[in-house]
Amino acid sequence: MQNKSLEMSVGAFLVAGILTLVLLAFKVSGLNYKANADTYTLYARFENLAGLTERAKVSMSGVTIGRVVDIQLDTEDYVAVVTLAIQKNVPLSLDTSASVLTSGLLGEKYIGLSVGAEEELLRNGDNIDDTQSAIVLEELIGQFLFSRSE
Amino acid sequence: MSVLQKWGKLGLRALSILGRAALFLSASWRLGGPWRPALGRLIHQIYQQGVLSLAIILVAGFFVGMVLALQGYNILVSYGSEEALGQMVALSLLREFGPVVTALLFAGRAGSALTAEIGLMKTTDQLSAMEMMGVDPMVRIMAPRMWAGFVCVPILSLMFSAVGVYGGALVAVDMLGIYEGSYWANMQASVDIYDDLLKGLVKCFVFGLVVTWIAVYQGWDAEPTSEGISRATTYTVVFASLAVLGIDFVLTAVMLGGF
Repeated sequence: MQNKSLEMSVGAFLVAGILTLVLLAFKVSGLNYKANADTYTLYARFENLAGLTERAKVSMSGVTIGRVVDIQLDTEDYVAVVTLAIQKNVPLSLDTSASVLTSGLLGEKYIGLSVGAEEELLRNGDNIDDTQSAIVLEELIGQFLFSRSE
Repeated sequence: MSVLQKWGKLGLRALSILGRAALFLSASWRLGGPWRPALGRLIHQIYQQGVLSLAIILVAGFFVGMVLALQGYNILVSYGSEEALGQMVALSLLREFGPVVTALLFAGRAGSALTAEIGLMKTTDQLSAMEMMGVDPMVRIMAPRMWAGFVCVPILSLMFSAVGVYGGALVAVDMLGIYEGSYWANMQASVDIYDDLLKGLVKCFVFGLVVTWIAVYQGWDAEPTSEGISRATTYTVVFASLAVLGIDFVLTAVMLGGF
């Protein structure tokens, strides 16, 4: 009998461990099993990312529809090439534009997409041509000072 | 004896201890058949090391989470970004405090007990008696203990982190008045299952192996006197704690890609 209760407590311990892993995965890391399921890849080229990182979200009208999966420097044109994974169920038209935005004043950087008008859709591996770089505070201040001095 | 000789002797001794410990590790992982009694021994050890350590781990995790929330709030509030508290608590727990504090507590709670137990078995000639009967003490005594520690530390650490996150939520939401939605949403937006949860878990497995390895080896290698056991127990806690902190630095550096 002693042995049975010991075995049960160990079993409960192991099950609790696995449940905790699941709890942490969903509750803390916000793992969304739908989000990772089906995505297609798009590329966007920016002159300046200003602190955009991998895993940053890609959103449209404030709804997250994908993630930044890779950031590379194109050594021919010296621009940043950002690889985006967009959910399959979100079709984007060919003239969709992408810009690097900041959530709040000090928040994280993310990529905001704004909707285009073309009928034709972006396919897996396409480039988003219309891009807008991040607004860098120092450059703005520089412009402001420059225009004041004239 | 010249200083050089002394140092050389010390170095050779350290080398031979390291070698013996490595040989010990390579001999003590086989659980041996038949599998049913072997599993029974393993379950008994998981009970001894894991289930009985639960209380200290859960209480410690709860308090660490609460302290993290308090401390983090005081720093973040001066930047006006106290909404990021959930993210700070969860990341510190998953990446550092969970694995490290669990391993340190485990070394104190379970590691010292392992060393004392095995050391006493050696002192009272139980290990030699087993060998005389044709029972391999490596298979019978050491292996279940090694595997149990390897399994238990990650589980305990997960529980530590989970309880800590809720402890932090208690302080942040109920005491400091941070909006509950932003506590959890900020956390979920910034914690990544691979980068934070799984890398933290890798640390736990390494710590579990190292701590139990040191503990079981110290007991096996203890001088068979009451003084020897007390010294071995002290060594276990000291070496295991230092090893955990040192390895933690190396693992963190590798995982963050700083080198």
